[in-house]
Amino acid sequence: MQQTGKHVEYWHRNLLVTTVLLFIWFVVTFVAPFYARELNAVVIFGFPLGFYMAAQGALLVYVLIIWFYARYMNRLDQAYGVKDGEGD
Amino acid sequence: MATKLGDQLRSYYLAYTGGFIVLIAVLALLERQGMPPRWIGYAFMFFTIMIYAAIGILSRTANVSEYYVAGRRVPAVFNGMATGADWMSAASFIGLAGTLYLSGYQGLAYVMGWTGGYVLVALLLAPYLREFGQYTIPDFLAARYGGNAARLVGVFAAVLASFVYVVAQIYGVGLIASRFVGLQFEIGVFLGLAGILVCSFLGGMRAVTWTQVAQYVILIIAYMAPVTLLSMKVTSVPLPQAVYGEVLEKVRTLESEIFHLPAEDEARRRYQARADDYAERIERLPASLLEEKQRLSEEINARKLDPNAPMREVLALERQRRELPATVEQARARWGEARQAALERAAVPSHHADAFPGNSEEQRNAARINFLTLVFCLMIGTAALPHILVRYYTTPSVREARTSVVWSLVFILALYLTAPAYAVFAKYEIYQHVVNSEIAKLPGWIAAWGKLGLVSIEDINTDGLLQLAELTLNPDVIVLATPEIAGLPYVVSGLVAAGALSAALSTADGLLLTITGALSHDVYYKIIRPQASTQWRLVISKSLLLVVAVMAAMLAAQKPATILSMVAWAFSIAGAAFFPALVLGIFWKRANKQGAVAGMVAGLAMTLYYMVRVQFHDIPWLGLHGIGMEPWLEVQSTSAGVWGVPVGFVVIVVVSLLTPPPPAQTQALVERLRYPRS
Repeated sequence: MQQTGKHVEYWHRNLLVTTVLLFIWFVVTFVAPFYARELNAVVIFGFPLGFYMAAQGALLVYVLIIWFYARYMNRLDQAYGVKDGEGD
Repeated sequence: MATKLGDQLRSYYLAYTGGFIVLIAVLALLERQGMPPRWIGYAFMFFTIMIYAAIGILSRTANVSEYYVAGRRVPAVFNGMATGADWMSAASFIGLAGTLYLSGYQGLAYVMGWTGGYVLVALLLAPYLREFGQYTIPDFLAARYGGNAARLVGVFAAVLASFVYVVAQIYGVGLIASRFVGLQFEIGVFLGLAGILVCSFLGGMRAVTWTQVAQYVILIIAYMAPVTLLSMKVTSVPLPQAVYGEVLEKVRTLESEIFHLPAEDEARRRYQARADDYAERIERLPASLLEEKQRLSEEINARKLDPNAPMREVLALERQRRELPATVEQARARWGEARQAALERAAVPSHHADAFPGNSEEQRNAARINFLTLVFCLMIGTAALPHILVRYYTTPSVREARTSVVWSLVFILALYLTAPAYAVFAKYEIYQHVVNSEIAKLPGWIAAWGKLGLVSIEDINTDGLLQLAELTLNPDVIVLATPEIAGLPYVVSGLVAAGALSAALSTADGLLLTITGALSHDVYYKIIRPQASTQWRLVISKSLLLVVAVMAAMLAAQKPATILSMVAWAFSIAGAAFFPALVLGIFWKRANKQGAVAGMVAGLAMTLYYMVRVQFHDIPWLGLHGIGMEPWLEVQSTSAGVWGVPVGFVVIVVVSLLTPPPPAQTQALVERLRYPRS
């Protein structure tokens, strides 16, 4: 494939969004549970916060991350004209 | 074209869902008219398996692309649903809520691990694999790293991880069939096998995809129904996921009351005494074994001399004597287990929502490390299990692949957001209505599940009341017995059994296809006979499917004891073998063949080494003795991947840099993956 400036830019934007989203994933997955005991001191609607984050909060953040990535990349594909056809 | 197909599918599956709800309603009505529970169980099994078989037969195919990747025509939403069913196994459906019930916060590692892995799938793998667009994961490794070495290592790891996992599923099917239909366990296993084969044998991935969508519908209805009804009963809001915080607070109050009742203290003291007694006996082996035998004999003789002694007592004592361990080794093992069980009951339980409980800072840190490492391994494993990754070969385009991961996770969350609620509601019911009630007046489900050995009670302090310490529940019982615990009609129990069956069958199908795909496509077609005709390839694939399925069923019929930890091992194995090679293959052009092969082998070897040495002290059939070792940083064997994955990454990078860069052709392939076709 011909390497064009456009392609390089597309790939860099992809890497940037991937890195940012993976950072959020890391915080939710490893940093929040690390401090779960401290977070549990806060109670919202009966849920201790540390428990809630692991049982529901993190899961909802995961869906948002994937949803945002799919939307962002699908638009990027169009903007950079690299969209692949619907169906083979 | 794609949307028209989607519309058609939507109307089919809506009609199917409606039909299933009508079936439940009819059975509920019949139950009220006096239909015996056993027939309800039969009806659910019969109808659901018939539907799966019908879809399987309708989707039969002799086309290679249809057989391996469903013709790459599966719309994102339906691929998401199929992935959901593929993903949620008997372990998720039956085991998860029970694990959460027993270990509270600690069990949430499974909830996070089995969902967060999809972030890695979405961001690092799915779109690139779809762009690559072949048939199996070893296909990708072979193309990216050139030659058959990487392919063969990939095949070995794919077959190892999937086989371990599929045995667990078939075991689950056997368990459900024997419990709800009353078949013998072994017959249940082979019946389940038939159910699995009708879906995958004729139509491969195409048939499996469409049955999995049908199975998803049934399993999610079955999972939601009992806990929603329970939520209605306790809080009068039918949304358990949203309102269980309130119930969690009630549970906390109950826990604080119950944990320190004098009767609980007394029961725990007696368990502690029993544990100490076993410890002392183990200490004094072999003398203690002889003494025990002598003591029983003396007691039996004393009873025999006493004409008033009831015959029953004599018989019980004689059985105890007969069942004494035969050798010193057996005695050590069996008494050690008994001591461990008594110690567990002697410990003060911890609050459900407390994170990383423990009596000392060291214990708390060990709990924290194990939580985080388990989350890590489950996530990396999720992003490396071949039966999930191949699902993203089946979408029509890269964009559909991205969207499809979103749908997968949405459908999976429906169950995973509910499981913690399930556990809390069950705990509330049991603490509120069962603990501290008279043992003579316990509800019927305790006796019913006790007969199957999944619930046991023991009045150790002989006060006639059931203390919390005196009740032992097997984790599998929570989901299966919740309908009875909440006093719901039997039709709900039948529904739950049908859902559990769907979960096990759908996962087993996906796994079997992966195994046979790796063997027939990667080994036979790509390595042994590249000139093989299309028909011949499918014949080989179908015959292998039969052989592997029968082997798995035979192994499952042996009831291997550590089945649940075997599932966690599958994740560590897959994660260490595939994840570094796949990710570096896409994101680092310099990664080459030598690096990938060395890294995969090293990661896999590291994981297996740690697993085996921490888990087993002896492996008699291999002639290995005394190989056990102390775990590093208290990490359990189920999280062995936490060592294997970094080793894999480091070895790939170091070896790649020490050897020549990959050829220009390979670098061009990586370029192609990064930009969806213009």
